[in-house]
Amino acid sequence: MSLRTPLGQAKCLGSAKKGFHHWWAQRVTAVALIPLTIWFAYKVAVLSMSDYQTVSESIGSPWSAALIVSLIVAAFYHAALGMQVIYEDYVSNKAVRIAAIMATNLLLFLLATAATIAVLRIALGG
Amino acid sequence: MSSNNRPLSPHLDVYRLPLSALISIVHRGTGAFLTTGTIVLVWWLVALAGGEASFMGAQDFMSGFIGRLVLFGWSFALFFHLANGIRHLVWDAGYGFEKDEVEKSSFIVIGTSAFLTIMIWVVAFSSGAGV
Repeated sequence: MSLRTPLGQAKCLGSAKKGFHHWWAQRVTAVALIPLTIWFAYKVAVLSMSDYQTVSESIGSPWSAALIVSLIVAAFYHAALGMQVIYEDYVSNKAVRIAAIMATNLLLFLLATAATIAVLRIALGG
Repeated sequence: MSSNNRPLSPHLDVYRLPLSALISIVHRGTGAFLTTGTIVLVWWLVALAGGEASFMGAQDFMSGFIGRLVLFGWSFALFFHLANGIRHLVWDAGYGFEKDEVEKSSFIVIGTSAFLTIMIWVVAFSSGAGV
């Protein structure tokens, strides 16, 4: 049963719209990012002064590559959701706001894809 | 209808921000900064995938003064956002809303992020000495 009016539903109005899914996805990615970022920050710190061979083998090992790809997906999704909220709060012009959100999403998608392909290439020895 | 005499909500510039409010806006700021900073992460991974020459180029930049400065700022932003993010998850679960609890967790967030930032650089420099 929905408590929303037919007109409200037709116009996609209502208290939350798709807010709950946004809110929840932000939390799920946040929880995933806690262990992933701590692990990755530690790994990068340990590897910070190593040579190419060592870094490449370490980043490209199957488990580590899988975790980094997971980190990339969670981090970029989390970033896209967060940036959307910032634009929604501070950009009052609707056209500019939608354009900014769209541009940010597309750019973050491109970055996430590039990072994933890079990790796969390291892992599979391109 | 005199709409001019209505009480106004407190404006941000007439009183000193409480610590919790300062942390709140810094959480947003670090979030946006980390989003921009993902470009560095992507660049580093792409350089690594590109082979030894491109990787060494990236490493040279990262170990230079500007590179170190960016990484230091980024590491603090990361740990701050992480620590305060965990505080947000605790709030989401319904705990820690009392005034004294918020005050205490504010200091825990600052302390934890400073500690983790120092620790990660200690790890970075001490592991470099062993190679």
